[in-house]
Amino acid sequence: MVLANMLFYFFALLAVGSALLMVTRRNIVHAAVFLVTTLLATAGVFLQLQAEFLFVTQILLYAGGIMVLFIFVIMLVNLDVEMLLVQFNRQWSVAGALAFALAVQVFFALWAGRDTLHLPAPPSQLALKNTETVADALFSHFLMAFEIASILLLVAMIGAVVMGKRRVE
Amino acid sequence: MSHLIPSSILPLVVPVLCAVVIVLVLPLLAGYIVLVERKVMAGMQARLGPMRVGPHGLLQPIADALKLVLKEDIIPARADKVMFWLAPLVSVTMALLAYSALPIGPAFQIADLNVGLLFIVAVSSLGIYGIVLGGWASNSHYSLLGAMRSAAQLVSYETAGGLALASVLLLAGSLSMKDIVQAQLDQGIWFAFYVPFGFFIYLVASIAETNRAPFDLPEADSEIVAGYMTEYSGFRWSLYFLAEYANMIIVAGIATTLFLGGWLRPLARYRDHFPGTSVELLDAVPPLLALAVALYCFHLAPKQPVKIQKLVMAGAGGACAVVALALAGALFAPASVMQGVHGAFWFLLKVFTYIYAFMWFRFTFPRYRFDQLMRLGWRFLIPLALVNVIGVGIAIVLREQFDWNPFLSLVPTTLATLGVAMWLVNDDAPAAAANLEATIAQSGDGE
Repeated sequence: MVLANMLFYFFALLAVGSALLMVTRRNIVHAAVFLVTTLLATAGVFLQLQAEFLFVTQILLYAGGIMVLFIFVIMLVNLDVEMLLVQFNRQWSVAGALAFALAVQVFFALWAGRDTLHLPAPPSQLALKNTETVADALFSHFLMAFEIASILLLVAMIGAVVMGKRRVE
Repeated sequence: MSHLIPSSILPLVVPVLCAVVIVLVLPLLAGYIVLVERKVMAGMQARLGPMRVGPHGLLQPIADALKLVLKEDIIPARADKVMFWLAPLVSVTMALLAYSALPIGPAFQIADLNVGLLFIVAVSSLGIYGIVLGGWASNSHYSLLGAMRSAAQLVSYETAGGLALASVLLLAGSLSMKDIVQAQLDQGIWFAFYVPFGFFIYLVASIAETNRAPFDLPEADSEIVAGYMTEYSGFRWSLYFLAEYANMIIVAGIATTLFLGGWLRPLARYRDHFPGTSVELLDAVPPLLALAVALYCFHLAPKQPVKIQKLVMAGAGGACAVVALALAGALFAPASVMQGVHGAFWFLLKVFTYIYAFMWFRFTFPRYRFDQLMRLGWRFLIPLALVNVIGVGIAIVLREQFDWNPFLSLVPTTLATLGVAMWLVNDDAPAAAANLEATIAQSGDGE
């Protein structure tokens, strides 16, 4: 139990810490690397919840697929210019006030519901049929949403192909 | 023994031992694969290859490793130091991590994950960060170009490779590596014979994913020096090298497990015994093979020019003889030991055969141009892989709903896939020529 708690706090701190570093880095490649770390740490939390399939999907899709494309695009950008740009927005005070308000709300919500914060006990045995459970949910309960999402992605893909083709000609 | 170890960590002992063995053996194995590669290359080019260090160059990998460790480690002045330092580590870590779910025989697997195959694919796809970040951090144009080529290539071929793996998953009905091998035993056939196109697509995609010739554009020496590792030297460079060869073994291991029956013996269902014993006839093959290699080494030993080389050659023969004895001894051991030892033998034999095919391709085919690489990936392999997956799906419906013979149900779909493949090839050739002409005309206009 101690080990499980330690692991959870390790992954949680890693995720939050690298998310913070990601938004504060000037160097955009460093920021991307910290985003990858955040995604991997989140995957670690999934694994601790015995959601193996989600864990692997998180790594495969977000860390392994989407972020590689991100970094690929970032490398096409001229970094030296980006690094020298001066921050030009003057809305620190507004943003700070809004963030403070949000933080107060979150803490108030947590404080108000502090009695219900105890987590349910973890299942005594491993959830062995992880992939099957996800597939079952997707293809029975959420079939409609699943198909709509697929069609959306297909449309986006065809759109990307069409736009890419037009540029070449 | 068991009372010495607390019960809470007892289940971890065997996996940790396996992990230590893999981490220790892998660099040595990678070194010797390099030696074999140089020997194969030499053979194909009618040369001798490394001959000086040890008999027939048998100690060359050790000399190379020493050289790499002792070399000066240079970090370019304007490189991003932290990333430069981190990138090779990422490559090597991810390559080694993938071994944790790879079953080397029924007894030798660190963890039999429920989602084992996906885990291996996911983790080994993270290795690309090592290449991309290393290329970027070097602050050199060659490195950056190599890194970007690598990223583009990996993203393109991972899709086709993943679809090829999906066709096997449909047949096996599981993501666990162990269950996939078990499914091949139960169905009595290696899946390479069920889905030959899946195997072919995965073969091509795995060569491209490991950046091997003819898809070695990320490190094409004649164009961009050494690609992403141009600025690396000494130990860091050897880490990249280790990661590359570790990845080769990983893709070979995936292909072996999914398409070539994993640790299963060829003809695993043929179980006739030697009369009067419980030893199966075909299980005599591994010790005899090892014995033949040992005898060959002993035959070569007296012909070596120097005395020390004679001794080392005889030592190599002795090692093979010990392996032969171990394999023979395993025949009379309890069934679990016997299956573990022989399973590991067959698995490694298949893995090395697959890697040998890689070497063959490397020395047979000229390197692709980048547009050819992309066309092959996107316009041939991915459509073919899609048709293949749909075909396997139809075959499974035929098998389960209409009670067709499993093998027969795959014949029409495989033929249909073949038809699509030929159509794609024919359809693509004139378009490719026209495209090339247009590109040439365009670049002529620009000048």
